[in-house]
Amino acid sequence: MNGGTAMPEVMQFLFSGLTVGAIYALVALGFTIIYNASEVVNFAQGEFVMIGGMATFFLYAAGVPLWAAAPLAIVAAVVVGLALHKLAIEPARGASVVALIIITIGASIFLRGVAQIVFDKQYHRFPAFSGETPFHVLGATLLPQSVWVMAGAACAFALLWQFFERTLAGKAIAATAGNRLAARLVGIDTDRMIALSFALSAALGAVAGVLITPITLTSYDVGTLLALKGFAAAMLGGMGNPLGAVVGGLVVGVIEQFSAGMLSSKYKDAVAFIVILLTLFVLPHGLFGRGRIERV
Amino acid sequence: MISALRSSRLAPLLLLALVIAVAPSVFPSVFYYEVGASIFIAALAVVGLNLLMGFAGQVSLGHAGFWGLGAYAAAIGPTHMGVPPLAGLLIGVLLTMLIAWLVGRPILKLRGHYLAVATLGFGFLVTMVLTNESRWTGGPDGMGVPRLDVFGFVIRGSRMWYWASAGVLLVGVWLALNLVDSPTGRALRALHDSQVAAAVNGVDVARYKLTAFTISAGYASLAGSMAAFSDGHITPTSAGFLHSIELVTMSVLGGMGSIIGAVVGAGLLCALPQLLTVLHDYEQVVLGLTMMLIMIFLPLGILPSIAARFGRGST
Repeated sequence: MNGGTAMPEVMQFLFSGLTVGAIYALVALGFTIIYNASEVVNFAQGEFVMIGGMATFFLYAAGVPLWAAAPLAIVAAVVVGLALHKLAIEPARGASVVALIIITIGASIFLRGVAQIVFDKQYHRFPAFSGETPFHVLGATLLPQSVWVMAGAACAFALLWQFFERTLAGKAIAATAGNRLAARLVGIDTDRMIALSFALSAALGAVAGVLITPITLTSYDVGTLLALKGFAAAMLGGMGNPLGAVVGGLVVGVIEQFSAGMLSSKYKDAVAFIVILLTLFVLPHGLFGRGRIERV
Repeated sequence: MISALRSSRLAPLLLLALVIAVAPSVFPSVFYYEVGASIFIAALAVVGLNLLMGFAGQVSLGHAGFWGLGAYAAAIGPTHMGVPPLAGLLIGVLLTMLIAWLVGRPILKLRGHYLAVATLGFGFLVTMVLTNESRWTGGPDGMGVPRLDVFGFVIRGSRMWYWASAGVLLVGVWLALNLVDSPTGRALRALHDSQVAAAVNGVDVARYKLTAFTISAGYASLAGSMAAFSDGHITPTSAGFLHSIELVTMSVLGGMGSIIGAVVGAGLLCALPQLLTVLHDYEQVVLGLTMMLIMIFLPLGILPSIAARFGRGST
């Protein structure tokens, strides 16, 4: 590289890496919650992010203030998440892994198609929450919206942790994830808990979409790549491990921004794929995962 | 005679050949030859994909990536390297199978979602390279493809492509039917039902999955090359995610695990948009809905479901 990389540049890559990484972490966490509760890998996870961003934009463009548009968009995503569970996942109960992959991929394509019709095919953004004047930290610039993204993601993680540790519903989901039959035997309505996990995941995805749109823009087809990156993050952290999902997301984001800045920005989207392959080669259970013993 | 045909494993092949031979007599225009050729070429890729999905029970969401590799081998070989078109096609198939083998080796040791996601990523990577390396590929606008000549005989026009692609499809179906009936095919079906049971019975699960993956990549590459030659122009979208999904949908629609079902699925999905051009804006909605509905209500696919209904009475 041209005589070594200066400190401000490193900080710059780190800031932008942590910003997109926080988004990947939210997507990865969405995967993890549904996967833990129902062993379904929801390939439509990225579409929740798209719905969050697109619905907020169109409400905002229609004159709804941002502080009201964002929560409405999140509610819309939750409704879609619940519908996905009720109409597509529940009727296919007992289906094979292959069938479930095809159903959730189908749902993802379907939602993209609907978004094309209900919204449009353009790229959109709405204004940052608190202005565009960047801060200067250690020679690098930091957008106020980046702070919103990181703080927002941190809040979501904290709330989620509280929910799983402190509330009855959270513990019931955890029990469903641990052993569905045992959970049912102690009187937990496991179907409702799985539906709740879809709602939670959808909300997380939509929050990610609302937070990131002022920086990266949104369109009907942003979901697939986000899902791929979120999945890479979840795998790197160890499939099914919430802490792993968060760490994995941040790591994927940081690697991506550093390789974009120092190697080639054309191939920055390839990072997620390389992370997936390397994880499979070197540590198939991820950073925090444990090998599961399979019962026949 | 009909019962003798039914018991023969090559009966589906004969039936398919008959349909292909008779169909042109009802074609009202040359345009139908073109649709027919595009169905046969897509069906070729789906027959391969079906070996992987229907028999080995693994999902690939990046098969259009292999299709794209074949298509660009057919274009880049003759244009930039002076390779004869037919050699470009063959080199493309071999290179694609090598790449599939290398990529598949680490992935196929694991299950379901991992292959789906890794192949999804692989497809993106191929599209990215095809879009970015414009010196070789012409970038997002794509590039022209020379005509295919087979030892001096140039294949051109919709009619000729109809018969050429039909011939290749029949050979492809014949090879697939034989493979399914071979010890390899039995091993694949065993690991589809239960990987553990197959392993206990001495089936090298990872190796057979890799075999199916590599072969299916070869089919996709061949189909990609032929599509490139017959269209005369290619763009990176042929390697894209949506095309991968179309291939998966064709496989699911016709019936996973049915070789002829693959052809039926390809026919339905290729013909629908041609017949209902009004559907254009709703293409993705229809595609996604089809995938979900088939998997929920007809998980076996159209052909095996029909077969199950009619087969019940007669043994």
